[in-house]
Amino acid sequence: MSISARIVDDLVANDVSFVTTVPCKQLGGVIEEVEARPQIRHVPANKEDEGIGLCAGALMGGARPCIIMQNTALGVTVNTLVTLTQFYRMPLPMLISFRGELLEPIACQVEMAIHTKALLAQLHIPTYHFHRQQDADEFDAILRYTFMCSKPVAILTDATFWGGY
Amino acid sequence: MIRSELLRDIAPVLRDRLVVCNIGLPSQEMHAILDQPSNFYMLGTMGLCSSIGLGLALSQPKMVIAIDGDGSVLTNLGTLPTIANNVADNFVLLIVDNGSYGSTGDQPTYAGRKTSLAAIARASGCDNVVECPAEETRAALEAAIASGRMTVIVSKCQSGNVKLPVITMDPVVIRDRFMKAVAD
Repeated sequence: MSISARIVDDLVANDVSFVTTVPCKQLGGVIEEVEARPQIRHVPANKEDEGIGLCAGALMGGARPCIIMQNTALGVTVNTLVTLTQFYRMPLPMLISFRGELLEPIACQVEMAIHTKALLAQLHIPTYHFHRQQDADEFDAILRYTFMCSKPVAILTDATFWGGY
Repeated sequence: MIRSELLRDIAPVLRDRLVVCNIGLPSQEMHAILDQPSNFYMLGTMGLCSSIGLGLALSQPKMVIAIDGDGSVLTNLGTLPTIANNVADNFVLLIVDNGSYGSTGDQPTYAGRKTSLAAIARASGCDNVVECPAEETRAALEAAIASGRMTVIVSKCQSGNVKLPVITMDPVVIRDRFMKAVAD
């Protein structure tokens, strides 16, 4: 089974039924899996803060949400994470491609990569980093943790995890 | 007719409905005119009223009315294509278009100059877009709810504000009572 299918299996097993995405090359396989699953409503967003707003509404409608996005967009989500997700105490798993790490071919991606963990730490967002494929074994536990504590939780997935570019 | 007069006029239609209220004065005015557990007050996060409303409408069957503003929609213009392409027939987006950023001192928006939000909504693919003067908004809202089809209403009103206190209710309390009203 592909790593993308395993990840989406864990989303379904945790009753995640509303997923919004802004694409990344590395996340293409996961987004295809999300689109293919009848248990999940997939709503592509034009920007990540919009996606987090959609997730907040879905949560209040009784659905467990998830956002799939790139770390390069973390900056545009800061206000939304703080004044909506955290202020109203909402759970939100954030499956994030960690661009700008080892194997990255585009220098500009590194510029956000070096701020990614610092920003998440500053925002007090629990953060997990998938580097080896077996790190995904914890994804199910991370999802349970997220909905237990009602916080945004970041899962950074780097190029080594995805097997390069 | 200014926004607070418009909200007072449509309040009977909003009673017991799920209402997502935009940041700042719109929320404060709704709180003063018709506070109810089924109102979700945005205390921050400019621009996302329509996104919260759409996510809510897509996730449960009750009618959702998002009361947004022209300045806020301009902040998050990508919302209109998302709404158009993810049709929720239990969703009405009411854009109170007073051509100004009311909560920050009535600075003009581009919607009050050359830009038409109704035209942008139509070009985005929204099938049912109604532009009306503030005085006709109540009838337009009632018709949109009765139609059972997702509708975007652009209500053209005058700029102007009334002085109101900020909402001091805890955000978690706002969310909790709102979610209970959704599930009720």
